[in-house]
Amino acid sequence: MAPEEICKLLKTEFGEAIEDAVVEGGHPYVQVQPGRWREIAGFLCNDARLWFNLLRSITALDLLADNKLACIYDVMCIPLDQGAELVTETCEFAVRVVVDRDHAELPSVADIWPAADWHEREAYDMMGIHFADHPDLRRILCPDDWVGFPLRKDYEFPLEYHDIPATTEYELPNPRH
Amino acid sequence: MSWIENRFEEGVIVTSLDWAINWGRSNSVWPMTFGLACCAIEMMAVGASRFDIDRFGAGAFRATPRQSDLMIVAGTVTYKMASRLKRLYNQMAEPKYVMAMGACTIGGGPYFKHGYHVVKGVDLVVPVDIYIPGCPPRPEALLEGLMRLQDKIRHQTRAKSVMTKAKEMALA
Repeated sequence: MAPEEICKLLKTEFGEAIEDAVVEGGHPYVQVQPGRWREIAGFLCNDARLWFNLLRSITALDLLADNKLACIYDVMCIPLDQGAELVTETCEFAVRVVVDRDHAELPSVADIWPAADWHEREAYDMMGIHFADHPDLRRILCPDDWVGFPLRKDYEFPLEYHDIPATTEYELPNPRH
Repeated sequence: MSWIENRFEEGVIVTSLDWAINWGRSNSVWPMTFGLACCAIEMMAVGASRFDIDRFGAGAFRATPRQSDLMIVAGTVTYKMASRLKRLYNQMAEPKYVMAMGACTIGGGPYFKHGYHVVKGVDLVVPVDIYIPGCPPRPEALLEGLMRLQDKIRHQTRAKSVMTKAKEMALA
């Protein structure tokens, strides 16, 4: 299904929940309301016309200027399973969900796409986005006692970690470029 | 260092003993399998037939710290890994040596400034005997490092060190 058709279908199904749609370029996506994201994710995964049965990646973005955080979910359709009679060729699409930095909480989609489990843990580890109802929301890469979320733009580097000196520019916890 | 160190005065017998023990130690350095990043690929190449670290008696890579003499820290050491690295070092039996292989291990390398997660040199965690620069070092460089380590082992002595002598003088 072409990106224009997907956008049109989502708009007829969800109306106001689709905040924005970009179909030009190599990475077409729709921006959806965080409150209705779970519903839309279930539709993308299970609707016979779309059949986006694979979550390829979750990208977390830090929109510091707007005081927002964003998640971009790249989904893909592989029409091999039973139930995909209406879909004949592979197709890719993306969904963008923007949340406030102060209340960075999104619903988890780990039960819809099992691949989301670890991706959401990584987004939590690096960006501090909380995923409600995630089965096991722990840090995935950093140690459990790590302070802060390293890939946020306003992250301050640790000055030491477990008695190992940790910065190269003392009294400058945020390196200058 | 170990039970036999710092026990004897210098002399002909100690020198001959030193020679024999050092000959044995330097020609059977058993490294520990401790590849952390891309340097480990070069370390594997050194272990394989083309470069063949076995020519220097250091080809018996052990998967346990209890059986190894040399820890080749091959790759980026993160803060999360540092505690494991320290524990493995503490589990190694004396005499033990550490080789810092590659730029990351020597001083953080490309992660020196903007890597929030990388230890700025493994010598902040464990004492290092030999530094091998490179990113990653060529296999020949690792062999050179091993030969320098063998030189270091050959110059060890069981005789009392200057520090021990000074301590005894102070106590007497």
